[in-house]
Order: sequence, then C-alpha cells, then structure tokens
Amino acid sequence: MFSAEYLALLYSALMALAIIVYAVLDGYDLGVGILLPGNNKPSADTMIASIGPFWDANETWLVLAVGLALIAFPTAHSIILQALYLPIAFMLLGLILRGVAFDFRAKAKTRYRQTWDRCFKLGSLITAFTQGYMLGLYVMSFEHSLASHLFATLSGVGVIAAYTLIGAGWLIMKCEGEIQNSAIRWCRLSNLIALLGVLAVSVVNPLINAYVQTRWFGTEISLLLLPLPLICMVLFVIQDRVLVKLNDNTSHGCWLPFAITVMIFLLCFFGLVYSFFPYVVPGTLTIFEALADPSALTFMLYGVVLVVPAIIGYTLFSYRVFWGKTQDLSYY
Amino acid sequence: MLDTLLLSRIQFAANISFHILFPTITIALAWFLVFFKFRYDRTGEAVWLRAYRFWVKIFALTFALGVVSGITMSFQFGTNWPGFMERIGNIAGPLLGYEVLTAFFMEATFLGIMLFGMKRVSPRLHTFATLIVAIGTTLSAFWILSLNSWLQTPTGYTLVDGVFYPKDWFEIIFNPSFGYRFFHMLLASALTASFLMAGISAYRLLKEDHKHAPKLTLKVSLTVAALLAPMQMFVGDLHGLNTFEHQPQKVAAMEGVWETEQGAPLLLFAIPDEQQRTNHFEIAIPKLASLILTHEAEGEIKGLNEFKGEHPPVKPVFFGFRIMVGIGVLMILVALVTRYTLWKHSTLPTWQLKALVVMTFSGWIATLAGWYVTEIGRQPFMVSGLVKIEELVTNVPSEHVLLTLIGYLTLYAVLLAAYIKTLFYTARNAVQVEEYQTTPVQGGQYV
Repeated sequence: MFSAEYLALLYSALMALAIIVYAVLDGYDLGVGILLPGNNKPSADTMIASIGPFWDANETWLVLAVGLALIAFPTAHSIILQALYLPIAFMLLGLILRGVAFDFRAKAKTRYRQTWDRCFKLGSLITAFTQGYMLGLYVMSFEHSLASHLFATLSGVGVIAAYTLIGAGWLIMKCEGEIQNSAIRWCRLSNLIALLGVLAVSVVNPLINAYVQTRWFGTEISLLLLPLPLICMVLFVIQDRVLVKLNDNTSHGCWLPFAITVMIFLLCFFGLVYSFFPYVVPGTLTIFEALADPSALTFMLYGVVLVVPAIIGYTLFSYRVFWGKTQDLSYY
Repeated sequence: MLDTLLLSRIQFAANISFHILFPTITIALAWFLVFFKFRYDRTGEAVWLRAYRFWVKIFALTFALGVVSGITMSFQFGTNWPGFMERIGNIAGPLLGYEVLTAFFMEATFLGIMLFGMKRVSPRLHTFATLIVAIGTTLSAFWILSLNSWLQTPTGYTLVDGVFYPKDWFEIIFNPSFGYRFFHMLLASALTASFLMAGISAYRLLKEDHKHAPKLTLKVSLTVAALLAPMQMFVGDLHGLNTFEHQPQKVAAMEGVWETEQGAPLLLFAIPDEQQRTNHFEIAIPKLASLILTHEAEGEIKGLNEFKGEHPPVKPVFFGFRIMVGIGVLMILVALVTRYTLWKHSTLPTWQLKALVVMTFSGWIATLAGWYVTEIGRQPFMVSGLVKIEELVTNVPSEHVLLTLIGYLTLYAVLLAAYIKTLFYTARNAVQVEEYQTTPVQGGQYV
C-alpha cells in the first residue's frame, strides 16, 4: 500500500498526462474540424481522412482525464463539474455533433453531406471554445463576475486559436498541394493569435491571482522558471519563420510546425500546472485534501501500471500504420 | 413542480436510454464482423468480405453514436449526481476506471485500423484488430454491468459515515447478480443485433437486391436468433430467480403482488393502482407466479405492502416487464418460424420478409423495457436498500438542468431519426453500389 501523499502526486501526474495528451491529440483533430471548408467537398474529404483513424481514440483521453479526477479526487470533481455545469453541457453537445457528423457525412445522402460538414465544423468550434472558457473560469477560481467571464471568453478564443494552430500543423504534415498551402496560411494566422492569447493570459493571470503571483515571482525556484515563458515566445517566432520558409518549399520539414506547436502546448501546460500546484480546485482544495480512499486507488494502480504502457504502445502502432501522407478514406 | 431532482432524473433517464441503444447493437455486431472476416480469411469467398464491408459501415456509425452519448454519461455523474461519486466513488471509480483503461482505448484505437487499415496491414492483423474491437466492446459491458449489478446487490464493502469503502474487490466485481445480468445483457445484444441484421437484410431482399450477401447475412442472423432467443428466456428466468432472492420488492412490482401470498397467480394483464394498492382488470393464471419463482405451487411471494415507502413505482415496472417478455416471446416465434422456412425452402415468402423488417428494432424495445424494469425496480434507491437517489443530486439551479435537458432531448431526437434513416438509406444504396466484384481482395494489395 502506498502512502496517501504519494498516491495524490501520482494520480495528479497521471491526470496531467491525460489532459496534455488530450489537448495535443484531440486538439489537432478539433483544429482540423475548425478549418474544415463548408462547401469545397474534395478537400474536406482529404482533411477528414487525415484524422479518421484517430479522432475516436484521441477523445478517449478526455474520458480518462475526467475519469481520473472522478476516481482520485471525487470532491474536487464534483465541485468543478457543478461549477461548470452549463459550459460542460455545451461542450458535450459540441462533442456529440462533431462525433456523429464524422460518420453521418460519409453515409448520408449527398445533399445532406454539406449540412453534416457544417455540423462537424460547428461542433469542433463549440468544443474548443467551451474548453477554453472552462479553463478561463478555472483559472479565475470559478468567480462569477463580469471580469472573469470576459477573461473566460478571451481564453475560449485562445483555445480556438491554439487548436487551429495545431490542426493546421497536422495538415501541413499530413497533406499536400492546395490543402497544405492553405494550412500554412492558417497556421501563420493562428500562430499570431495564439501568441497574443498566451501573452494576455501570462500577464493577466499573476495580476489577478495572488497565489499565482507568488508562485512565479515570490519563491527561489521561480527565478529558474522565468525563462520558460521566454522560450515559449521564441518558439512562436521560430514557428513564423519556419512557415515562411515552408511557403517557398514544402518538401523539407513539413513536420516542424506540428512539433513546435506541441512544444508550445507543453510549456503553456507546464506553466499552468506550476501556477496552481498543489491545488486541484484553485484556492480551495489541494490534491492532498481531495484524495479518495487510498486502498481503492491502490487497486486501480495495478491496472494503470499494466495497461498504460500497452495503451501508449498500440497508440504508437496505430500512428505507424497510418504514417505518411493521407490517402483517401475508404472502409477497406 | 419541476425541481432539480426530478429534472436530473429525467435527464439521466433520457441519456441512459439513448446511450444503451448503441452498445446494445455494437457489442454483438462486433462478433458478427469477426465471424464474417474470419470466414473470408478461411474461404477467400468474396461474399463474406461484402457482408463485412456492408456491416462494418453500420457498425462504425452505431459505435460513434455510442461513444458520444457515453461521454455525456461520464460527465453526468459529476454535473448532476455529485453525491454519487462522493459516497460511492471508492467503489464505482475503479470499476469505471478499469473500463476506460482496459476497454475504451483498445476499442477506439483498433477501430481505426479495423475501419481504415485493411489495405495497410496484413489480413491476419486486420482480423486481429476486428477481434480486439469485439473483445473491447464485451469488456466494456463487463465493467459497466459489474458496477450496475453492484448497485443492485452490493457486497464486499464497508460503510463508514455514509461513504462506501472497498473491502474485497473480487466480491465487488463478481457480486451476486453480476453473472445473470452480464449474460442477460450479452444475449440481449446478440438478439438486438441479429434482428437488426435480419431486418435490414430482408429489406434489401424486398428491394430486389439479388446479390448473395443479403441472403447470407439473413441466414446467419436468423440462425443466431433462433439459437439464442430461447436461451435468453432461460437466462432471463434464472435472472428473475436471483432478483427474487435479493430484491423481492422489485419482483413484487413486476408481478403486481400487493399482499404477501402463497400460490400467487401469474398476471397476464392488469392495471396496478398504487393509490388503492390493488390491481384492476386482472387476467391471471392461478398459482403460476409462485410456481415459476419458488418452484412450488404454494410458494410464498412477498407483497408490496411489506415494503411501503421502500418499493419502486409499480406501473412502469409491471408494464415494462410485460413488454420485455412479450417482445421476447415474439422474437422466439419469429426466429423459429423464419429459420425453419429458410431451411425448408431456402428462401422466405414476402410476408415473412416484411415481418422481419417490422421487427428490425424489436431488440431495442425489449432491451429498453428490460432496463426500465431493472433500474426503476431499484427505486427509490441508488444502492439497493442503502442510499436513496434524492441524497445524491446536484444543487445547480433547476433552470440550468431544464435548459440542458431540452438541448439533449432535441439533439437525441434528431440523431435517432437520422440514424434510422441512414440505416435504410445505406441498405437501399447497397442495391445499386455494392456490385458483385467477383475478384476477392488479392494478397498483393495488402501492404
């Protein structure tokens, strides 16, 4: 049996892993959804084909993240989910719309196809926005004021930009020709918006939240961490340069924008986790206070140790199977 | 009158009813696909591959609907029933967690290879991916049914200040009603999927689809239905006996028994009246209920009056049970008659094909009715006899619950209509597009 403190750290690390993997993986396919054209059928097919084999498994990381919260920190789970009741409902509607549209569009009558494409796009947009909105409210400790809802809206736009960025990076990597060229343009634009978003959040967050301020400016370790936001900014700039280069010659390094975006995601996420650790409900509940019964968590741990490596293994395998430029999707 | 509790219950009922429709199909349909693919690998006959390709499309659509509605369920515990996880989380959490870890990821990942990877992996690996998806759906059912059964017949726990703690995981997972419930559900899925397959295949034949594939899938699905429908009756009966032992108040509601009696009759029809605590318009077979449940004509059945305030609402359980059994009997008859005709004449007359089309979604109705019996039958408790549902509800404003309820209901209605339309559209489409390709997929086409 492990100590409660150790379990709290372990399960929050797992939860963090699930969240960041979710943000990267479902991030790129939601981004592709956001970028989906509402009228141009052939390129829509290719774009959807690029995420077809993956989106379902990507979404499962969200279920895992929420599941881990529910298992390891049930009190926090219910505080957070009740506080976010409406945005969660909207996110679920968005996820439902996106998930079913993916399948219906391929099977419905041709004249409905465009409608399902729009549902796909709309569902992806709603999902991305509400996730960002919830993140904003979370950062604001679920405070209900005009300022916090404005901040949450800003954060929603930021997440849309971030997912568009990673989605465009994915398309640059997986597609060719016209789609790839447009993706480079989208990528550049969303790179700029995401940069502004990250800047805004980094400035606003310590200003409004005293705890976050101490974490970043008040401790000895914070001096060591201050370069991180700088590295993040530099990455945005490098990204822009890479995109300009790719615009002239797409044959080399088409995987770079995706990789750089993943690094940006990791840095931002690390910053966020560091800002609030060890709180699971900001300012209210720490991971140590919210922990569920240790014996139940120990039982769960056997499964985690045995299964998570297997999950990572066959996920990598599936990416290897569909490696390379996207081909047409057929049930074959 | 519309308070958060009532609205939350309606919302949960709506979500769970919508969700269950799709896994009910996919659990067994996945095994049908394994069979088709396996036969193709063994015989190389193109017809098996065509059967696979047609049904894998329907599987993909059904699976997607199951996934998205399932995600909604996983959030609802926290949004609408926070008390559930706070008090039962130590038991329910790991069971749900194991479902995600052992089933969700596996089926979702291999689904990609199963649907789109046939040309990219070896035939053997593709069949393996199909098999893994089937195992995944079944494992998923295993964990969910384990949790559901535990809520009905809790064992292996200790209760401290209203919070449950696990004591013996083996007892928790394999609680007394689990086995019955699990097999009852697997058979329900097999029957739902085979009647769906039979209905759609019959529809294709009626639309003059003279290819070999719809005839083949008709035969396979009717064979499965004819074998399993009677078996379901048997397993259902065993399940009923188990419920009689552990949840007598549920059985009393199913049978419409108010006063404890020896030699209770089996009510074929009645209208239970909870105010006057009696039945109207009874049509009964004397002593049969006692005989079935206790295997003695004079056996004692406890009446609802012994559980006043602690028994479920009678009408929905009573009628739900009759609908489930009624459809079940109909399924047995239809399966046996059509399978027999097929064996004798190797084709079905138009009226039998039409009957099968009418029965396409009979499995859904029986499964829903069965779930209502079992879930409403547990009321007013969340954990049988220990935790009442009203203790667990959220305290978000009722308008929020109402708003989201309207959103879900609208979307579900649209999706259900679109799903059913698309099924029949796919079938009609197959008449034209699924041409005979006499050449099977060559080994060389695989990478």
